[in-house]
Amino acid sequence: MGALDIKLFRDLKRLWAQAIAIALVLACGVATLILAVGTFRSLEETRDAYYERYKFGDIFATAVRVPDAKAREIAEIDGVAAVEPRIFEVALLDVEGFREPATGLIVSVPPSGELAVNDLFIRRGRLPEPGRVNEVAIDAKFAEAQRFSVGSRFDAILGSAKTTLTVVGIVMSPEYVYSLGPGDMMPDSRRLADMWMPEETLASLYDLDGAFNSVSVRLLRDANETAVIEAIDDLLEPYGGTGAVARKDQVSNAFLQGELDQLQGMARIIPPIFLLVSAFLINMILSRLIELEREQIGLLKALGYGRTAVAWHYLKLVLVIAAIGVVIGAGVGTWLGRGMTVMYTRFFSFPFLVFRSDVDIYLIAAGVSMAAAAAGALKAIGVVFALPPAVAMRPPAPQVYRQFMGGLLGRMRLFSQVTTMALRHLVRHPVRTLLTAIGTAFAVALMGVAMGTLSSVDFMIDAVFFRTERQDATLAFSSERPGAAYQAVLKLPGVMAAEPYLDLPVEIGNGQYSRQLSIIGKPARTDLSRVLDLDLDPVVLPSTGLALGDRVADILRLRPGDLARVTFLDGQRRTVEVPVTQVIQSYIGLMMFMDIDALARLSGTGPRISGVHLLIDDSQLDALYRAVKETPQIAAVALQSRSRQRFQETMRENMSMMLTVYLTLSIVIAFGVVYNSARIQLSERGRELATLRVLGFHRAEVSNVLFIEIGAIVAIAQPIGWLIATGLGLVITESLATDMFRVPFVIEPGTFAISSIVVVIAALISALIVRRRIDALDLVRVLKTRE
Amino acid sequence: MREAVFRIRDLSKVYRTGNVEVKALRGVDADLFHGELTVMLGPSGSGKSTFLNILGGLDTATAGEVRYRDHDLSSASDRDLTRYRRDHVGFVFQFYNLIPSLTAKENVALVTEIARNAMPPEEALELVGLKERMGHFPAQLSGGEQQRVAIARAVAKRPEVMLCDEPTGALDSKTGILVLEALTATNRELGTTTAIITHNATIGSIADRVFHFSDGRITDVLENETRLSPSDVDW
Ligand SMILES: Nc1ncnc2c1ncn2[C@@H]1O[C@H](COP(=O)(O)OP(=O)(O)OP(=O)(O)O)[C@@H](O)[C@H]1O
Ligand SMILES: [Mg+2]
Repeated sequence: MGALDIKLFRDLKRLWAQAIAIALVLACGVATLILAVGTFRSLEETRDAYYERYKFGDIFATAVRVPDAKAREIAEIDGVAAVEPRIFEVALLDVEGFREPATGLIVSVPPSGELAVNDLFIRRGRLPEPGRVNEVAIDAKFAEAQRFSVGSRFDAILGSAKTTLTVVGIVMSPEYVYSLGPGDMMPDSRRLADMWMPEETLASLYDLDGAFNSVSVRLLRDANETAVIEAIDDLLEPYGGTGAVARKDQVSNAFLQGELDQLQGMARIIPPIFLLVSAFLINMILSRLIELEREQIGLLKALGYGRTAVAWHYLKLVLVIAAIGVVIGAGVGTWLGRGMTVMYTRFFSFPFLVFRSDVDIYLIAAGVSMAAAAAGALKAIGVVFALPPAVAMRPPAPQVYRQFMGGLLGRMRLFSQVTTMALRHLVRHPVRTLLTAIGTAFAVALMGVAMGTLSSVDFMIDAVFFRTERQDATLAFSSERPGAAYQAVLKLPGVMAAEPYLDLPVEIGNGQYSRQLSIIGKPARTDLSRVLDLDLDPVVLPSTGLALGDRVADILRLRPGDLARVTFLDGQRRTVEVPVTQVIQSYIGLMMFMDIDALARLSGTGPRISGVHLLIDDSQLDALYRAVKETPQIAAVALQSRSRQRFQETMRENMSMMLTVYLTLSIVIAFGVVYNSARIQLSERGRELATLRVLGFHRAEVSNVLFIEIGAIVAIAQPIGWLIATGLGLVITESLATDMFRVPFVIEPGTFAISSIVVVIAALISALIVRRRIDALDLVRVLKTRE
Repeated sequence: MREAVFRIRDLSKVYRTGNVEVKALRGVDADLFHGELTVMLGPSGSGKSTFLNILGGLDTATAGEVRYRDHDLSSASDRDLTRYRRDHVGFVFQFYNLIPSLTAKENVALVTEIARNAMPPEEALELVGLKERMGHFPAQLSGGEQQRVAIARAVAKRPEVMLCDEPTGALDSKTGILVLEALTATNRELGTTTAIITHNATIGSIADRVFHFSDGRITDVLENETRLSPSDVDW
C-alpha cells in the first residue's frame, strides 16, 4: 500500500462516522433501486415468459351463445394466430366444512385436452377427461387455501343441479394470475375457484351444445389488434357479443400491469432522492476536507504528484464511501426484493417467481451511485485539480462575515452574541444552508408521503366500503330475472334489507370517443350500495338520465347536460341518446349509474334485475348461507363484509411494512444530513468554539451555537418538506391512477406533525452525538492548529 | 567556469487580485551554480518566497526567463513542472507541511515512492537523526523534529536542488542549528544546489553567496570567502 493510500485509509478512519452516514444514505438509494428494478424485472420477465409459454390470449370476448362454426370464421380474421372457443360460467360452490358459499369461475376444456390459447400449467394431476362428468381441475391458490389435493371433492351448483365434483388436477392459468371474484374487491382464495371442466359436460349443463359463449384469441406478431377486435365484435354481435377486450384490459393482466407501473414509479422517484442527497452530502464533506487540506494538497503537488494523481486520491476517498454504500445497499436491496417477491406470490399466481438478482442490476446500481458520488465530488475535486501548488502553501483567507439586515438584529439585542454568531454563520453560507435544509426536507417528505399514502388508502376504504358499498353481501343471478326475484330474496333468512341492481353492458359514446362499459341500475334512493357525488354526499338518481363516474366523464369528454350515445349490447341492441345528469365520484372501475327502472325501460324490456345487495342479520348467517347454497339461480355471492375485513388486514400488514421501510429511509436521510452538517460546522468552527470556552463560556452555552444553527436549518426544512411531500404525493397518485383503481391523495395535518417529529428527533440525536465532541474539545490542541 | 544550474533573466511576477496588482518581482537576474548554497535575505514582502516558488516550479513567472539546466521553466506546462518537481527538487517549508495522518516514515515514503533514485526512508531519517522516531505521527513530534522529517523527506530523493523557505522560522536557535546542519550536510555530501530563505541575517555566513531582496529586486549579492558551520553561527 502506497503512502497516499495509507493517508486515504487513515482519512477514512478519522471520518468514519460521516462516511458511514453518507454510505447509508447512498445505500438507501441502491437498495430501493435494486428492490424496484429487481422486483420489476422478476415480475415482468416471469409474466412475459409465462404468457409466452402458456399462450396467454391477446383478445377476450364473451357472448350469449355463438354457434361453433363461427370459431372458424374468427380464425380466418386477418392477424389471428389461434382461437379458443369455450364455455365460461360462474357457479356457486359448497365446500364441506366451509360455511360461506364460494364462487367458481368455470372454463371449458376441449375434448382434445389441448388448449390453443391460455394453456394450463399442471402442477399436480391431470386435466379432466371428456366423458367424466364430475371431474374438475382447480387453480393452485384455491387448492392451497382449501387444502385440496387430487382426489378431494366439493359441491357445485351447475346449471340447476347440485353436483359433486372430484379434483383431478391442480393447475395455473396465465388468464388468472390475479383472480377476483365477481363483485369482490379483494382476492379471496378460499372463496374463489378458477375451475376447468370438460366442454361436453358444461355444454349439456348450460344448454350450449354446438355453441360457445366465450372466446380467446392469440394474434400474429404484426396483427392489427384494433381491426381484429372490430372484426370479432361484428361477428359476435348477432349472438349477444358484449364487446371484445384487448389483453391490456383483461382484469388479471391489468392488475399485474398496475403493480409493474407502481414499481416503475417507485424506481423513478425514491432512488433519485437518495442519490441526490448523497451527492450533496459528499459535496459538503469533501469541500470541507479539501479546505482543511489545502496545504497538504499543495504539498503533494510540490513534491511532484501530478494534479490528476492528487485529484484521484480524493476521488478515491469518495468512491470508497460509495462502494461501502453500494455493498450495504445491494445486500439490503436483495433482501427486500426477496421479501417483496414472496409477498407477490401471495397475490399473484405464477408457476414460478423468484427474485431476479441479475448481475447487471447491481452493476447499474453501483454505476449510478458511483456516478452520483462522483458528481457530488466534482466541484471539490475541481478545486483540488486547480489549486496551484504555491497558493496552496498559504492558508485560505479568513472568511468574510457580513452583518445581516444591516446589523439591525444585533442592535435590537434580540439575540445573544452566541445566537448572532450562529445565525451569521448560516447567512455566510446561504446556498449550503438552503441545500442542507432541502436535504433534511426530503426526510420529512419521505415520511409525509408514506403516511399520506396511508391516510389516502384509509380515506378510500372509508369512501368505498363505508360510504358507498355498505352492503354485507351481494347475490348475483346467473342471468337476469324479473323483478319478482327481488321479493324471493327478501324472504331468505337473515335478510334485513335488500336492494336490487341491474348491470347492463353497453357501448357509450360521445362523438369520436367511445367505450364498452356497463351501466348499473339502482333504485333511486339507494341506501346499501350508494352513489356519491364529488363531495361524497349520497345522490338520488333521477328518473331519467345518467350519472357518470368522474373518470368516465373525463375519458368521454362528457359533462352534465351533454347527451351520451348508448348502445345496449344485449337483447335488441337498442341505441338511444341519454342525457348526463350528474358526474359522481368513483375510485374503482369505470362506473355509470341510472335509475333501475329507467334503465330497463331504456333497454327495451320490463323491470328486471341482475342481483341484489343485502344487509344481513349476523345471527342468521348460517341459515342464509345454507339457503343460498341451495338456490340454483344464484351464480355468485360477494361478501363485502369479508372484503372489508380482508382489505383492512392486508393493508395493515403491507402498510406497517411500508411504514417501517419509509421510517428507516427518512431517519437515515435526516441523520445523514444533520450529522454531517453538524460535524462540518464543528470542524469549521472548532477554533471559535474553543475560544469561547477559553473566554469562560460553559460547555452548554458553547454547544448552543451549534444547536441554534441545526435548529434553524431543521426549522426551515419543515415547510419545505411538507411542500415536497404534498407535491410528491400528488405526482405519485396521479401517475398510479388507472381505469381500475384510483386513490385520491389525502394528507392530514397530523401527518405533517408526525413526519416533522420523526425528523426533529433524528436531528436532535445527531446533534447530541456531535455535542459530545464539543464537550470533549481539546482546547490546547484546537487553538494550536493553524488555520 | 562554474556550471549554472539556474539561469534567471529579467524575471517578473505580478499578482492580480480583483483590481489590485501586486508586483512581487520586478526584473530579477541571477545564476545559481551547481553545488552552491545560497541564502536569501530581505524584508517581508520583498519577493523571496515568490522567487523561490518560481524556481521550484510551484508558480510561474509573469515575464522573463527561468531556466533549470536545459529546461525552460517559464514556458513549461503543469505536467512538465510536476515532472520537474518530482525528479529534481526538494522543498522545505516554514511550517513543515507534513501530512498529519501519516507517520514520519510514511511522510518520507510519500516522496520515495514516486522519485527515481530515492534512498530508503529509514536512511533519510537517519541522516536527520530521527530513525528512532519514524513510527511517530507529526502530532507526536516537536516542531524541530517535524522540520527534520520534512528535510528527510526533501533529501530522500537525492534532489539536485533543495529549496527552503524559512526552514528555521518557527524554531529556537538550538533546534535551528540542527536543521541547518542537516541541510548543509546534504549540500556537502550530495552536492545539492541549495537555496535558503531566512530573516536571520547571521545565517548568511553559512552560505557561499547571500542574495539581498528588496521591493521585488535583488539589490545586492555578497560572496563569502569561507563558509561557517551552522554551529559556529552566532544567533
Ligand atoms: N497569491 C498572492 N496574491 C497576491 N499577492 C501576493 C500573493 N503572493 C504574494 N503576494 C504579494 O507579493 C509580494 C511578495 O510576496 P512574497 O511572499 O514573495 O514575500 P516574502 O519576501 O516571501 O515575504 P515574507 O518574508 O514575509 O515571507 C507581497 O507584497 C505579497 O503580498
Ligand atoms: Mg515568504
